[in-house]
Amino acid sequence: MDLLLQQLLTGVASASGLFLVASGLTIIFGVTRIVNFAHGSLYMLGAYLAVSLIDLFGGGHLGFWGGVILAMLAVGLIGALFEITVLRRIYQAPELFQLLATFGLVLVVQDVTLLIWGPQDLLGPRAPGLTGATQIFGLRVPVYDLFLIAFAPLVLLVLWLLFNRTRWGILIRAATQDQQMVTALGVNQKWLFTGVFFLGAALAGLGGAIQLPKGDANLHMDLQLIAAVFVVVVVGGMGSILGAYLAALLISLIRVLLITNAQLTFGGIAAWQMELVSMFLVMALVLIARPWGLLGRREVASDQRSGTPEPRLRPADATLRIAGGLLLVVLLGLPWIVGSYFLSVATEALIFVLFAASLQFLMGVGGIISFGHAAYFGLGAYGVGLAVRHWGMSMEVALLAAPLLAGVGALVFGWFCVRLSGVYLAMLTLAFAQIAWSIAFQWIDLTGGDNGIIGIWPPDWASSVTNFYYLAGAICVIGLLCLRHLAFSPFGYTLRAGRDSPLRADALGIDVRQHRWFAFVLAGVFAGIAGGLFAYLKGSVSPETLSISLSIDALVMVLLGGVQTLTGPIFGGALYSVLKNELISLTNYWRSILGLIIVLLVVLFPQGLAGAAESLRGRLGTSR
Amino acid sequence: MSAMLEVEALDAFYGRAQVLYGLELRVQKGEVVALVGRNGAGKSTTMKAVMGLLARVQGRRFFAGQDISKWSPHSIARAGLGYVPEERRIFTELTVEENLEVGRQPQRAGAPCWTPERLFELFPNLAELRRRPGGQMSGGEQQMLSIARTLMGNPSTILLDEPSEGLAPVIVEQMAQTINALKDEGLTVLLSEQNLGFAAALADRAYVIESGHIRFDGSMQSLLEDEDLRQQHLSL
Ligand SMILES: Nc1ncnc2c1ncn2[C@@H]1O[C@H](COP(=O)(O)OP(=O)(O)O)[C@@H](O)[C@H]1O
Ligand SMILES: [Mg+2]
Repeated sequence: MDLLLQQLLTGVASASGLFLVASGLTIIFGVTRIVNFAHGSLYMLGAYLAVSLIDLFGGGHLGFWGGVILAMLAVGLIGALFEITVLRRIYQAPELFQLLATFGLVLVVQDVTLLIWGPQDLLGPRAPGLTGATQIFGLRVPVYDLFLIAFAPLVLLVLWLLFNRTRWGILIRAATQDQQMVTALGVNQKWLFTGVFFLGAALAGLGGAIQLPKGDANLHMDLQLIAAVFVVVVVGGMGSILGAYLAALLISLIRVLLITNAQLTFGGIAAWQMELVSMFLVMALVLIARPWGLLGRREVASDQRSGTPEPRLRPADATLRIAGGLLLVVLLGLPWIVGSYFLSVATEALIFVLFAASLQFLMGVGGIISFGHAAYFGLGAYGVGLAVRHWGMSMEVALLAAPLLAGVGALVFGWFCVRLSGVYLAMLTLAFAQIAWSIAFQWIDLTGGDNGIIGIWPPDWASSVTNFYYLAGAICVIGLLCLRHLAFSPFGYTLRAGRDSPLRADALGIDVRQHRWFAFVLAGVFAGIAGGLFAYLKGSVSPETLSISLSIDALVMVLLGGVQTLTGPIFGGALYSVLKNELISLTNYWRSILGLIIVLLVVLFPQGLAGAAESLRGRLGTSR
Repeated sequence: MSAMLEVEALDAFYGRAQVLYGLELRVQKGEVVALVGRNGAGKSTTMKAVMGLLARVQGRRFFAGQDISKWSPHSIARAGLGYVPEERRIFTELTVEENLEVGRQPQRAGAPCWTPERLFELFPNLAELRRRPGGQMSGGEQQMLSIARTLMGNPSTILLDEPSEGLAPVIVEQMAQTINALKDEGLTVLLSEQNLGFAAALADRAYVIESGHIRFDGSMQSLLEDEDLRQQHLSL
């Protein structure tokens, strides 16, 4: 009983930091509709800045709290600056474009942090006066835990006062519902948004600073946290601050219970192995029961789409056929033109093109946004890895295991996902990808854990760089043609009808959900094929293939190329993967350069590369 | 008399579809002008275009002698042009008082000055609902709140989009009185209506709009006397 109480206290204390970060994210999303992937980066910056500032001021009362508050304000300013310089230019861009920009920021912050503070983890300073432990009901409880337990409700109260008792807060709540009307009433929405970013970022920074006495500042805390924060925000209901607190409590308690009872087993699986998975299972369950989270509100479908309508899918015209033919000739002749290094870069690019195309099929044709498409790429890779490691299968057979495992995964995850829509769906896909990742990471007996599975080599006939290039290239090109064929098949048309007007399609007797589910499985299968090939290209499989950053890479490729063009992923995928490869080989700071390029592209071409090409074509067409 | 609001050769589009064609409008200071037309004629689009709320418009718009063609909606509103949308667009999560707070802007020379207390006198129904969330009000109450919220910006001119739509006859009557009271305060009003009777009771002048074209421009009196015109462009 005492033990349980102690665990509860630990859980509530660790919920506080999570809540701070999540509240910032939920506020930003509620008002601006932007899913801020950089929120974890702001949290990380908060931690690093606080370490340095507290160090600078000395660790006394004033030094510690002054450092925390200054770090919070500084991170708030960074968020506001990012809003003013980047996001403000692209609010009119297509859905999700802002997300690209925030991802660019993630990359830049990672490098800047490394550059300034170096690769070592920095131990967090102690909070003066709040060290040691105290006795409560005969339990030893760290004093800082008590502080954290009290701190979150205090922040909740301050936020409540801010949103209910100040003009600014009232304007924010109004803008959450109807931005345009707020503008028509004479409010400058720009500064409102900037203010929201300041507040959201400051909360993330505060979260990072305030967890220091219990932890440290390290370079992995950004993406490590972001998944948990997304879960909290989604479980609580996007836009609901109180919901975020309740969800943070729920998630933290479950995690603490599983960690501290690590030795317990359920059906042969140890509790600690379920720690990461549990969080995402909770999210999946909550979303099935309450598709808008605990305290969220149903998204109101609006016909006020911002930005220009995206170009529709078109069957290949003569120009495209010729271009495709030429491209094929170039691909066939490539081994005579370039050396083996670039040939393997090209192989990887082809694999990523197929991966991107499968996501484009899901998003552009099926209307399903996925933040976790790496799940199926990675399942494909692990399909191969497990087949080789546990059954010693040859490549010819093992490559079939890739689409199989990915397809089964997509079948299971998709069943849940297609029941939701919009950003909740996207978040659920992310959650499932994290489940897959956690399993790969924590089920060491099966998957090799962090080290993954090595020694996956093609048989002799396919082992030369050239031969593997031809093999992977042929499979990828066939995969692309299949996806293209599917998009223009009756199935593809029905899918698009369901995407554009689900109600009408329903009335016509089309089972939209079932079509979407099938599309989900198809996209998973093709991603799985790409993943399987990737395993043979690299000779190994690791949890990296299931990671958030790979999911985001896929999104970047699709969004850069243009969601509504089937040729988009070819450009986006090839461009992005070659660019990334080249940058990695050129400089240690490839992340920040890649991030800056992404941000620049988004700002310069707010319609996407495909949209830019389209409008260029339109301009040339009219000015003939 | 000087023109408060002036619109020249206004074209408006939704995506590629053109909805307004070369509209010309002029509203003098202190006037109540009606923009009448059938459902889908382009009345609401005109109002949105004037407020700068549409992505694609061409032509020039002047307000109080200034060219507002390139201004953002919030600058237009701050210049003293108020907008009451057809759908009312009440902030349903906010209380009546909070809705009014969103609309609040500093006092403006040459325009009536409003406080919540004065507005509660103008709309006695609202006075009892101060802490009621906007989502829990009747259609008539929401319409009043929408007007009151816009008045909190102390506008010199307001665009009223179909204020009588979907309201019970008693409330319509009350609404007409309110608009007359606003006119007496010196407010300039551009009123869009399908309900010619309602417009006739309030407006000095009228424009008839049909399929995005202005078909008539003249005094209310002459519109009422022109049976053919009404048959052609206004009857259902
Ligand atoms: N958001 C929109 N997107 C596309 N077309 C629209 C939109 N709003 C209105 N329209 C079209 O514009 C025309 C004018 O509409 P509107 O200005 O609302 O007319 P009114 O207010 O006179 O009833 C109608 O044909 C209507 O279908
Ligand atoms: Mg209308």
